Amino acid sequence: MTVLTRRYRFSASHRLCSAAFSEERNREVFGKCANAFGHGHNYFLEVSVEGEPDPLSGMTVPRRDLDSWVEATVLSRIDHTHLNTDISEFRDLVPTSENILVVIESWLRQGSKQHLPGKALRLSGLRLEETPRNSFQIGSGESTCLH
Amino acid sequence: MLITRKAEFSASHVCASPQLSSEENERLYGKESRPHGHGHNYVLEVTLQGEVDPVHGMVLDLKALKETIREEVLDVYDHRFLNREVRPFDVVVPTLENIARDIWSRLVGPIEAMGSALHSIRLHESDELFVHYSERHAP
Repeated sequence: MTVLTRRYRFSASHRLCSAAFSEERNREVFGKCANAFGHGHNYFLEVSVEGEPDPLSGMTVPRRDLDSWVEATVLSRIDHTHLNTDISEFRDLVPTSENILVVIESWLRQGSKQHLPGKALRLSGLRLEETPRNSFQIGSGESTCLH
Repeated sequence: MLITRKAEFSASHVCASPQLSSEENERLYGKESRPHGHGHNYVLEVTLQGEVDPVHGMVLDLKALKETIREEVLDVYDHRFLNREVRPFDVVVPTLENIARDIWSRLVGPIEAMGSALHSIRLHESDELFVHYSERHAP
């Protein structure tokens, strides 16, 4: 089993608040993350793909292909944005790191056919660091086919 | 229980297949294909799986593992040009994936001989890229 992980970064701002909650309730649940004008983070995103290395190239996937997939589907959309206002997925979804990971996973899957054509790869995990102290991970252990 | 020991080595390499033209190699490997090579500070994590010994309270004496990693990997890889000085990279492209597989094959026997079991290895080429490799079947 070979799993290759590449680490990327992006910067974005957000405000954690739910339309279903009152202002007091938002303050209670999200604390200073609910401050009215939002705030930002330098996020790190780790993308893990699993696949047998190609016998000729010796690589699970050429780095350039992996980078262009992540750049086109995730980084170009999310870097230097205000998540609540600039990303349509977060109009009605609180942009917590948990939800950001779910959205990023769907973007990567939607773009995999176009950017990684014909490759027998599995997306085996995603990990997001919101700060050096908070990280969130999905898909560790089990992996699902990209195509 | 899983236990992990970390080690570092520095080495240079060129990623290019002799079966491809230099343009094709550049397209496939990017800067990694530059002919005179370049180096990385590799970080290796070796993970063993085992039960805690009821007498000494350890899965394996980590000093013994440290020695094995030094003999089997660091003495071979550290401060070497992999393509010229470390087999099989005279004929196998020293990509991160292939280096991880080679390190697994060097460690698996000696660790078994110590009465333990290699679970997986993780090899970091930089802060931005690492590979996790295991030949064990998933439970």
